[in-house]
Parts: sequence; C-alpha cells; structure tokens
Amino acid sequence: MNFRIKATIVSAALTASAGVAWADCGIESGSVRILSNDFVALHAVADWAGKCASDTVEVTRNQTEEHKNIQVPALTTNPASYTVAVVATNSIVPLLNDGLIRPLDEYVEKWGDQLLDSQKIVVDGKIMAIAFMANAQHLYYRKDILEENGIDVPATYEELLAAADKLKSAGVMDAPLASNFKPGWNVAAEFVNTYLATGDNFFEPGSAKLAIQNENGLAVLENMKKMLDYMSADWATFDSNSTRPIWEAGENALAIGWGSRTSEMIAEDSPAPEIAKATAFAAAPTFNGNSIPAAALWWDGFTIAKNISDEDAEASFRAMMNGLSQDMLAENADAAVWLIDGYEPAPSATGVIANLQGGARPYPMLPYMGLLHTALGDNLAEFLQGKESAEQALADVNAAYTTAATEAGYLN
Amino acid sequence: MPHKTFMAFIWPSLLAMILFIALPILSVGYQSLFIEHEQIVVVSENCGPFGCTKEASVDAEAMAELRAEQPAGRFNGLDTYSNASHLAFDEIGEIFATSENFGEIRNRIMNLPFYKALIFTLAYTFIVTPLVILLGFIIAIVVNSIPKLLKGPVIFFSLLPMLVTPLVGSLVLFWMIDSRGIIGAALQTIFADPSLSLKASPALTWVTLFVYGVWHSAPFAFVVFYAGLQTVPQDTLESAMVDGASRWERVRFVTIPYLMPLATFIALMQLMDNFRVFEPIIGFSAAASATSLSYLIYNDLRAAESPLFGSAAATSMLTIVGVIILLLPVLRRNWREFNRKT
Repeated sequence: MNFRIKATIVSAALTASAGVAWADCGIESGSVRILSNDFVALHAVADWAGKCASDTVEVTRNQTEEHKNIQVPALTTNPASYTVAVVATNSIVPLLNDGLIRPLDEYVEKWGDQLLDSQKIVVDGKIMAIAFMANAQHLYYRKDILEENGIDVPATYEELLAAADKLKSAGVMDAPLASNFKPGWNVAAEFVNTYLATGDNFFEPGSAKLAIQNENGLAVLENMKKMLDYMSADWATFDSNSTRPIWEAGENALAIGWGSRTSEMIAEDSPAPEIAKATAFAAAPTFNGNSIPAAALWWDGFTIAKNISDEDAEASFRAMMNGLSQDMLAENADAAVWLIDGYEPAPSATGVIANLQGGARPYPMLPYMGLLHTALGDNLAEFLQGKESAEQALADVNAAYTTAATEAGYLN
Repeated sequence: MPHKTFMAFIWPSLLAMILFIALPILSVGYQSLFIEHEQIVVVSENCGPFGCTKEASVDAEAMAELRAEQPAGRFNGLDTYSNASHLAFDEIGEIFATSENFGEIRNRIMNLPFYKALIFTLAYTFIVTPLVILLGFIIAIVVNSIPKLLKGPVIFFSLLPMLVTPLVGSLVLFWMIDSRGIIGAALQTIFADPSLSLKASPALTWVTLFVYGVWHSAPFAFVVFYAGLQTVPQDTLESAMVDGASRWERVRFVTIPYLMPLATFIALMQLMDNFRVFEPIIGFSAAASATSLSYLIYNDLRAAESPLFGSAAATSMLTIVGVIILLLPVLRRNWREFNRKT
C-alpha cells in the first residue's frame, strides 16, 4: 500500500503555480463539461474547476446521482456530451470496457506536477484516471454508551457482536447495531467488505469464474446473520439514508457506515447535537482471526472523454487540476479523505484512515465485479430472512452470476 | 361504414401504433435473441491509490472491432429465455428429478428468480383487481346516495389516491408503516407486540403492497362506476320500486347487470396495470420479500454498471406473453358479445 498522508508542507513552487493558475488557470480556450455524482466533496472540486471559466473557456457541470446511468451513452456520442466524467472504483469499469476515456499520460506530464504517483490510476500501463479522494465503510460508535457499559471499542467482529450482546442483555438498547442490509447494492457491499477481510479472492485466478462457494463465503454469511440478532427488525430497509435518523434518535450504539457520511454525523448543526458529540469512528472490524479490516477501499477520481477535441481535453485536464488545487484543499479539508498532496486528516476521516493503515483491500476493479455485486444483492435476502440455507444462498448467487456473466460474454 | 372511410379515420392512430408500439416490441424481441460478444480480456498490472495488482481488463479496441462487425452481438437464439434467470428449463428438470415430494419441488421452483417474481406478480394481479372493482363499486354507490352539497368534496377526496404519483404515494405509506410512523406505532400498540414490523415479515410486506395497490387504484374503478351510475335508467329503478324491490334488490338486479360491461372494462385495465406492478416495490423497499417481472427488467437494466439488454428484453417479451394470456378470457368474452350484437 503506497498511500501516504504527508504533513502539510506546501512547497513554495506549488503555491506559486497554484496562485498563477487561480487567475484564469492559463487556459487559452476550450469547453469543460463535467459529469459527476452529487455530494459535498465533488461540489468543491467542480466549484474550483469552474473558476477557470473565462470569455474563451466554458465550464459547465451536471452533478447528479444518476451519473452512473448516463455516463456511457453521454460519452459514446461524438463529440461526447461531457468532457470530464467523475467516477469511482466501480463506475470507471464500463467506460474502460467500451473505450470511452482517453489515456492521460501526456497531460499528466505537461500539467500534472501537483499529482502524487498514488493518485494515478494505471490500467494496462496507461494512466486512465486521476484519483482524488478515498472512501470506505467502517465502524461508527457511541463513546458515551460504550464507556458507561465498560466496553472497549470493538476491533474484531467477535468483539462487535459481544459488545452488541452486552448492550442488549443489559437492556440499554433493543437493537444496538446497524448496518446497510437493504437487499440490492447495499447488502452486497456488506458481503464484499467482509469477504475481502478473509483474504480470499472472489474469482479464480485469471478467470471470471466465481470462487466464493467455500468456507469463507459461508462464514461471512453466518456472521451477517448473527448481526441481525442485534439489529432492528426493519433491517431489510436499511441504507445510509434510513439508518442516519435512527442513529440520531439514539437507538444504535454501533454501526457500519460510509466514510463519506461521517462529517454530517458529527456536524455541529446536527439535529441531535448531543449524539453527534458522542459519535466516534474506528476501523472496520477484522473478521475470522485475520488482521484485515472488513471494508473495501474505494477511490473517486476523474477521467477525460475520448470523443472530444484535443483542445477540450487539455482544457478539461487543466481545469480539473485547478479543481484539485491546494487552495481547494485548504478550503475543504474536512469534506473528504483527500488523496491530494498535503492533506491532513480531519476527525471525520478517522475511520477511513484507520482502514487504510490496517491494510484493508481495495474494491476489485474487474470488468465482471459489477455482475457479481448485482447477483449478491439479489440473492442474500432469503438467507438472512431465514428462508434458506447459506449453502443455497451461495449456490443462487453462483447461478445468477454465471448466467449474467455468460450473457455479458465473460464466461462460456 | 365503408372500408375507405374507416381507413381514412384509422390511419393516423394506426401509424402511431406501428411506430411507437409495434416497432419497439419487434426491436425488443430481436434484441432478446442476442447476447454480448465474447469479451477479450487482457491481464496487466493495474495501479491506484491502494497499490498495484495484476488484474483483468477488457481490450476495448478489439471489442470495438467486434461490435462494428456485428452490432447486435452474438446470436443466442432462445437460450436467454431458457436460462436460469428466466424460464430455467434445465433447473426445473433437475428439480423434478432430484426432489422427494411436492413441497420440495414447490420451494425449489419458488427459489428461481423468474418464478419467484411471477408468483408475486400473479398474486398481486388476482388479489388487487377484484378488490379494486368491489371497493370502487361500493364507493360509487355510497357517493351516489349522499346529499348533493357534500358530493363535490367527497368525490375530490376519493380521487386523491389516484392523483398522487405512485412512487410518492408508496413512500408516504412506507413512512407511515415504519415502527415510528403513525400506522406502524398504532399497530404495535393494538397488538401489544413491540417487535411487530410491517417491513420485516415477507407475508406482511405482501399484504402491505396489496393494500397499497387497492388504495391506489380504487378511485379509478370508482370514477368509472360513478359515471355509469348516472346513466342507470331511472324508470327501470322506479318500476322495481313499485314492484316492491328492496334497496339491495335494486342494486343486485338492476344496477349491477347494467354496469357489468363497465366492470369488464375495469378488469381489463386493472389486469394490465397490476401485471406491471413496479413502483410500490421500489417505494416500499420491498425487494427482499417481493419482486415482480417489471422489477426484474429494471434490475437487469439498472443494477449493474453494464446493463444486460438481452436478459431484460427476454423478460419483457415474457411479460407481454403473460399479459396476452391474462387478457384472453376477457377479450374472448367481449368478442362473443360483439358477435352476438352484429
């Protein structure tokens, strides 16, 4: 893991170049059209990229949660509707598969002095994206409640379940635990997190053949089922949006949640200030005697469309460099876990940083990972509801994945 | 009407139907016969913020050439229809060969995604449709007999569920049945069971969806029946009264037979509508306990990063076949009545 968090030592040269860039970014002309997801950190990046707009440089943006669904058609047209697509570990895959984004090596060489090597997403020897923030799920806990009940911050799933058991049997809370178990994308992400912590891989080496029908796969499922004993009966509707008010109502003491949601959980203007003050974060628990935190690491970064003029591509890259500048970072230091040089972690970043230091594994950037994610999302609910065995659930996942991967051309 | 006049009147809508209904269906049918090209995968060293790994990626250039040659993909015949995600012929064969009793066969077939969705879709269709007709009729009769002054406001409020966007309507109800919501909390108090959750149990989730379906569609039936009630011949009703028929007998022997064609119409519309049940499953986050055919199509197109067009197209065609089978009895009945009249 070559992730580095450097102390804030901003070189004089960098400050100077950023200062010059801030005026008009030095771009002569071009059109910058940004498509991205819709959250605070990305607003900051787009705002700063937008400062490059001038009489000859146009900067527009579309920030929407639907970005994943419009990016492929929007970049397929020639010229593409957007010049910059902001993606994450999973959403870059369809753009790579269809060859809709261009290598960035020449732009990095000319305009990317500010970038760290760890920010460069290299696929098949070429830089295809520039990462600028990290995200992962990790443990949220209530300091006050754990202290009152003499519980240490859980570091493993065994400790997490024991802590939840203690709180429940002591009558402190009926459902001390929460995790995003809503069928579909969310519950699949939880399976992926914990399965990564076993050290196993999802696929047979060098092939798209699924390899989760093993002891580790079963152990992950059993663990998820044990968690249900300490979760609310409404677990099947839990995603980040539905668990937040429950946490703020003080009905949970332990939760597995996203790093990108932490700053709002401890914000001073939270609707439940007492609870916000007592909320703290730690690495995701480890699993089954291994030392790997049970969390997939994600990055968010930007790509440049292939079907646009070279002029627009260069303008877009340079505008995004301004979007990732030191000035942006200085203003938005606690908006995300930035991968930018000079970032100093804020309290809201504790969990993600602890995951990184604990050696959590990245979410696999494989062309067929999305198909597995869907198959997991569709087939775990019945096991969790107690309607079928763990073996049957894994067999169902295997059948659904194999059918989909065959149709998509990855398996024969 | 001479054929020429008939054609002159019908051709604009005929053209629209061909362009916007027939051609898209043909295109979807064509698409359902194809699957994606075999992917050309290269393994290389990929690096990112979390280190370098040897990973597979798709050779986009080689794939672009393949797609340029054959834009529709690989021909797959009807195999998509028979695979494990759709009709699952192989799996059903194996289930029959290896199961010990009927219960096991049923459980294992119910575990296949297509049949699971089909069962819910059919249950929803056949439970909600009659209830909608019944409830709509009762509301219409009641509204028809209240004083004129109140009629306007009552009609307006009865129509509200239909005016609300389905997704919004289901979300409103979803929050009300939350264990902190007014209905959820009330039910917990009434049954003195703090663990009662309409969202948790599959059976209660089905009931919730059915109730929502009836609530949402009853106004449609009500409006149609109410319009029909205004045309019930008053002299027939009066002569029934002279003959000493009670209120119930007048409804049973005059109103209901008179409104029967309308009931057929509502049944036709509702069967089609309910067979495509979709929004409440999203609104109620009910996918854990209930999936429908439309939900499967949505899932194929939206869940993964790369949509499975062939699979979604096959489910769409099967849905169309399902609608045709459902409507056959009603359509045959209409056809007979039409023939009898002419």
